[in-house]
Amino acid sequence: MFFSLDLLFEALMFGVLLGCFYAAVSIGLSVSFGLLDVPHVAHPAIMVFGSYCTYLLASYGWDPLVAGTVLMAPFFLLGMLVYRFYYETFEKRGTEAGVRGLAFFFGIAFIIEVGLILGFGVDQRTVNAPYIGESLRLGDYRIPHRMLVAFGVALVLTFVLTLYLSKTFTGRAIKAVAQDEPALRLMGANPVRIKQWAFGIATAASALAGAMLIIVGPVEPALDRLYIGRTFAIVVLAGLGSMTGTLAAGLILGIAESIVLMFFGASWAPAVAFGILLLVLGVRPQGLFGR
Amino acid sequence: MKFWIPAAVLVLAAIGLALSPVNEYFFYASYIVLTFVVLATAWNILGGYAGYVNFGTAAFFGLGAYTATVLFKWLGAPLVVQIAVAAAVCGLLGFGVGLLTLRLRGIFFAIATVAVIFIMETLMINWRYVGGATGLQLLRPEVMAPFETYTRMLFAAMAAMAVGAVALARWVQVSWIGRGLRALRDSEEAAECAGVPTLKLKLFACTLSGALMGAAGAPMPMYLSFVEPVSSFNLTWSVNALAAAMIGGTVHWLGPVIGAVLLGTLQQVVTVTISNEVNVLVVGVLLVLFVVVAPEGVLGLIKRWLHYFR
Repeated sequence: MFFSLDLLFEALMFGVLLGCFYAAVSIGLSVSFGLLDVPHVAHPAIMVFGSYCTYLLASYGWDPLVAGTVLMAPFFLLGMLVYRFYYETFEKRGTEAGVRGLAFFFGIAFIIEVGLILGFGVDQRTVNAPYIGESLRLGDYRIPHRMLVAFGVALVLTFVLTLYLSKTFTGRAIKAVAQDEPALRLMGANPVRIKQWAFGIATAASALAGAMLIIVGPVEPALDRLYIGRTFAIVVLAGLGSMTGTLAAGLILGIAESIVLMFFGASWAPAVAFGILLLVLGVRPQGLFGR
Repeated sequence: MKFWIPAAVLVLAAIGLALSPVNEYFFYASYIVLTFVVLATAWNILGGYAGYVNFGTAAFFGLGAYTATVLFKWLGAPLVVQIAVAAAVCGLLGFGVGLLTLRLRGIFFAIATVAVIFIMETLMINWRYVGGATGLQLLRPEVMAPFETYTRMLFAAMAAMAVGAVALARWVQVSWIGRGLRALRDSEEAAECAGVPTLKLKLFACTLSGALMGAAGAPMPMYLSFVEPVSSFNLTWSVNALAAAMIGGTVHWLGPVIGAVLLGTLQQVVTVTISNEVNVLVVGVLLVLFVVVAPEGVLGLIKRWLHYFR
C-alpha cells in the first residue's frame, strides 16, 4: 500500500463528486423505500432501464441529459402504475404482504435485467456528449467533466426534492403519509393516491439518475446488482426518508469507496458499500439521521 | 414410516439409476435439478416457515463451493469430507449472519443477506490461493468403485443430499421448532410473549438453512471441474431458490420440492432449446406470476382444486 497526502486529497475530491452522484441515484429509493415503506429492490434495475432508454434516445442524436429529463415523464407514469399494481395485489391484502412484495420486486428486477440482455446484449454501452471525455485541469489534478455534470445534476435534484417535500402542499402530504397514514385518512385525504404520486416522483427521479449513470460510465444490464448495495446502503445510512441525510450518506459512501479504490485497488471497492450496509444494519439500523 | 420408506426407496432408485446405462446427459441435467431441490428446501426453512426472506442463497452456495475447493487443493479431501466441512462452515456463516441481522425484519434482513453475497465474492476475488477473479481449474480424482463416471457419482450424492435435506425440513416442520417458527412468522411479539424462544429458533433456522445451502454448493467445483467467483456467487442462485419455494408453496416441505423439480426441469429444457438468458427470464416471470396470482403456490392451487371437486 502506497500512501501520500497528494493521493489522499485526490481521493477525497473524487469521493465528494462520486458521493453526490451516489446520492442522486439513491434519492428515488429514499422516497419509495424511505418514505413509503415499499420494499423496492427493483429500484436499481429501473434506473439501469432508464440508462438504456437514454442510450436509445442518444443514438438518435439526443443529448443524454435532455433525454434523461424528457424520460422523467413516462417514468412518472410507469411509477404510478407500478405502485397501483403493488397496492392492489399486496398492500391491500395485508398479512404476509411483506414476503411476497419483496419476492415480487426481486422478480421484476430479474425480468428487467434479462429483458435488457435480450434487447441489447451483455456488452457495455456508452453515450457521447460534449462533456464526456473532457476533463478540467486544476493544477496537478484532473477532474473529468462528466463527474462535474453528475455532481451538478445530483445537487439540483436533491435540492429540488428537499424543497418540494418541505414547502409544497403535496410534498408535505407525502411526508405526512410516511409519518401517520391513519391520521391522514382521518383528515379526509386519500393516502393511496398520495403514495401513488410519490412513487411516480421517485421513479421519475430514477430516470434522470439512469441518464447520469450512463454519463458517468459504461452501463451493462447486470449493473443493477452492484447498485442494490450502494443505494440501500445510502438510504439506510441516511435514516429512512431523510433527503439531506441521503446527500450526507452519499458523500460518506463516495469518499470511503474512493479511498479504498485509491489505496487498496478496484477489486475491493464493490465490497465497501455492502460492508457499510451490513455494519449500519447490525449496529444502528435507524441510520445517522433516523426519525 | 410413511415418509421414510419412500425416502429410502428414492435414494436407492437414484443409486440404481446412476449404475444403469442411461445417457450421461440425464445425470448432468438432473444434478442441477437436485441442487435446486436442496437449495429451495433450505431456503424454505427460514423463508417459508419463519417468514424471513433470504436473498443470500448465493453467498452460502458459493462459500460451500469454495470451502470444498480449498479442502481439495490443500488436502485432496474426498467428496464426503468436502460436503461435510462445507456444511459446517456455511452453518457457521449462517449463525453469524443470524446473530448480526436477525433483529432486523422484512426488507432489512433481505438486503443484509444480499450484502453477505457481495462481501464473500469480493473476499474470494482477492484470495490468490483459490485463483482470484480468474478462478481455478480442478482435476477430478478417480471415480469411486461402483460408479462409472464422476457425474454419475455426483448425481447419486446430490440425490442422497436432497432426500436428507427434505427429511430435515420435514422434521423441522412437524416438530415444536416448526410450530415456533410459524408462530413467530405470524407475530413475533405474540410468540415471544407466549414463551417461544424466538431468537434461538431463528438462529437455529438460519444455521440449518445455511449449512444445507453450503452442502449443495460443495460438489459444484467437482461437477464443473472449475471454480470461479462470479458464477459461484451469482444472484441467480438466490432467485432460483426463492422462486422454487414460492412457486411450489412455502407452508409444507413438499412445496419447495415440487417447485424445484418444476422450475429446474423447465430451465433445463429452456437452456437446451432456447438460451441461458431466457431461462432466467422464465424464473422471473414465473415468480412474479405466482406471487401475484397464486400466492400459495402449486400446493395452494392443488388444495383449492381438491376443495372444488369435493
